[in-house]
Amino acid sequence: MIRDRTPLLIGVILVALLAGGAFLPQWAMFMVTIAIARGLVALGLMLLLRAGLVSFGQALYYCLGAYAAGALGRFFGISDIFAQMLAGAAAAGVAAFILGFLLAKYRGIFFGLLSLALSMILYGLLVKNEALGSTDGFNILPSTLFGIRPGPDWVRYAVLAAAAVVALLLALAVNRYLNTPLGRLAPAIKDNEIRVEYMGASARHAVHVMYVIAAVLAGVGGALAATTVGHIDPDMAFWTTSGEFIFITILAGTGSVVAPFAGALLYGVIHTTAYDLSPNTWQLSLGAALLLIIVFLPEGLWSLFPQRRWR
Amino acid sequence: MNQLLSVGVDGVIYSAWLFTAALGLTLIYGVMKIVNVTHGSFYALGAYAGASITGAWLARGYPPMLSYAVLLGSALLVTLVVAPLIERAILRFMYAKDEVVILLITYALFLILEDVIKLVWGVNPYFIAEPYALLGSFSVAGLAYPTYNLILVALALVAGLGLAWILHSTRVGKLLLAVIHDPEISRAMGINVDRYYLVTFTFGSLLAALAGAYTAPTVSVVPGLGVEIIVLSFAVVVIGGLGSLPGAALGAVIVGVVRSLSVHYMPQVELFVIYFVMAMVLAFRPRGLFSLAEPRKI
Amino acid sequence: MAIVLEAKKLSKAFGAVTAAKEVSAAIEQDSVVGLIGTNGAGKTTFINMITGYLKPDTGAIEYQGRDITRLPPRAVTRLGICRSFQIPQLYSSLSVLDNMHIGIGIVLRNAGLGGYFARGGAPVPGFGKPAEEVAEHLLARFGLADYRHRNAQVLPGGVRKLLDIALTMVAKPRVLLLDEPTSGVSSQEKFGIMQMVLDAVRAEGATVLFVEHDMEVVSRFAQRVLAFYDGRIIADAPPAVALQDPEVKRHVVGRARA
Repeated sequence: MIRDRTPLLIGVILVALLAGGAFLPQWAMFMVTIAIARGLVALGLMLLLRAGLVSFGQALYYCLGAYAAGALGRFFGISDIFAQMLAGAAAAGVAAFILGFLLAKYRGIFFGLLSLALSMILYGLLVKNEALGSTDGFNILPSTLFGIRPGPDWVRYAVLAAAAVVALLLALAVNRYLNTPLGRLAPAIKDNEIRVEYMGASARHAVHVMYVIAAVLAGVGGALAATTVGHIDPDMAFWTTSGEFIFITILAGTGSVVAPFAGALLYGVIHTTAYDLSPNTWQLSLGAALLLIIVFLPEGLWSLFPQRRWR
Repeated sequence: MNQLLSVGVDGVIYSAWLFTAALGLTLIYGVMKIVNVTHGSFYALGAYAGASITGAWLARGYPPMLSYAVLLGSALLVTLVVAPLIERAILRFMYAKDEVVILLITYALFLILEDVIKLVWGVNPYFIAEPYALLGSFSVAGLAYPTYNLILVALALVAGLGLAWILHSTRVGKLLLAVIHDPEISRAMGINVDRYYLVTFTFGSLLAALAGAYTAPTVSVVPGLGVEIIVLSFAVVVIGGLGSLPGAALGAVIVGVVRSLSVHYMPQVELFVIYFVMAMVLAFRPRGLFSLAEPRKI
Repeated sequence: MAIVLEAKKLSKAFGAVTAAKEVSAAIEQDSVVGLIGTNGAGKTTFINMITGYLKPDTGAIEYQGRDITRLPPRAVTRLGICRSFQIPQLYSSLSVLDNMHIGIGIVLRNAGLGGYFARGGAPVPGFGKPAEEVAEHLLARFGLADYRHRNAQVLPGGVRKLLDIALTMVAKPRVLLLDEPTSGVSSQEKFGIMQMVLDAVRAEGATVLFVEHDMEVVSRFAQRVLAFYDGRIIADAPPAVALQDPEVKRHVVGRARA
């Protein structure tokens, strides 16, 4: 058995973030936290991708997570960061459990289009919903940590630390999951679904479980993004948001649970730099980058590192 | 009664517009089996080219009545420049890839084109009201409708019937049907499939550009115009069945009527209801309402 | 001998093509049955119906007295009926060992939802040993041990067949349906492979039905022959008798050269 060095890597990153995070400038902490949030969504996408499924609507759960976290503050006055993440996870999980009964039956382009339609339904519902601010959305209460409200200079760090801990624990869990029978079933479903059925497994059931896991990850990511940005609006469910997540997943590749986070960080850097350089050409850079990666590096950037085939 | 009539007229106009906008998407899928996200880009390109060229035409004092032909010409020009370029230089090499990957490639191209448009035309809105206002209005049961909207209906009819005639009554059309059924066998029989792909992609994109050009006089042409049309076109095409021409018509009518009803009676659900219908169709008949047992036909 | 599997008047039509016309057969426990017939006679359709991939238009299928006609393939497999395929259905992007592990994982999962997240050392139901050992055991049984790290895609034809069959054994089947187990294998190897397969399979105590075009293999290994023609069973007898049957000679075997 090849020794899996991922837990070690995760541990190193966690320590680095917790220790070094306090010294980062505010904008850098913002970028890292957003990268963690987006990375979580991309991690979920990666799980689905391993089974051969591309969801064009993960923004649905990202948005649900954000609104759940926001609603906690707006209607219940709760602003604890862990409660927010939990709310995001729960809202996304329940929705995915229900929608999964439908979606798990589909593959390929129909899975993609149906997931897209569902996310746009949420968008449509939110845009017209006055109670939640319609197109303007609403602001979210600054997070508190175990009842303590950190001072304005420390809020970002507190969120970053909490995000890092939760995200990296989730990454660890996903890493462990990938070596279980269900985790290994994904490439089998992608490869030969008939064989899977003929060996006695329900591909639909397995996809349903994976779909819920991916949604929960996206929900936590959405809650994190909400509190980091400080604002929630329906655009979080728009199809272009889903497109960003797909871009990150392709950029990162499926080589490691750490890859989506690295991809998200890289995406954030590219986005900000390109936008600052020339606001009217950043989409062009993005599109060109996506094209180049698809054509020349279909396994994502992570495949540039020496690969230990992990299963 | 007036309300219903009003709903009906609105529905017809909106459906016609949707049909023209979505027709190219379903044609390209039917022939090339690709879900083409650049469809939205061509719509925007048509709108921008139409607005800018016609705007210049009118500013120079040329006959406004010819502006309708100028719109047509603009759409034609921009499509003939961009579409073959994309197909020959990039898409042509990607046909062997998985359909989801090709979709992502067209998505990347869409992103690129969004910014190309900004670079060429800038970010300020274009507004050409003359072609729209010139035709005046007609009244139906006491309500006034701009006569210009009939152009959209005419465009839809010409496009739909024209395409149907081409496919079923001309030699080119029949060869195209062969390519739709099986590109490999068609190649083996000497049909130049690559050329058919080029022509199809160009023609499908032209339809999107035409829809965009003729919509330009009715709206303010701004960046992001192509974004909304993509999902709407998807909805129409999916409801009718990917690759089906009558399906696109049916899908356009359904979405048009549903939207018209909601705008008049329940505006809160306007956006939601269209995607809801799309989701419902995908849930129960993923191949669309015009699903056939055999390979997709147009 | 107890009847383990029974097909009762199965009929199946695809438009104008009738693939099965009132096919009936009662299979005895522990027997080895050969299915013969030309292409298009209905042998694979028969197997597809039994395993739930196709639903018969009329008729019923009973397994150990229980009606399984409407069950999907995964349920049929879980009950103990497994099949191999004419064109081996493997996970071509994975290694031989990983192919086995997928199967073992599925068996673990079927034992309970917790099995989805089972640890590496958990005993595999039906074998009582951890996954690694079960995989090695089965690979050894079918002579695949040397190929364990090779990608399934690059395996030679006969080896692919063996892997396909080995995969069916993971679920510990009571009834095994082998669709042309020796096709694509050179004539010298056919007997050897068939013997290896039957030894491995029968050691676990299973009833075997196999589709075969090579009559020498059929004569050597089958205790009973079902001859298919035009969607019907035209002969049901031990090989010595069935292969001499005039109908079988006319439609399946052919006449001996003078």
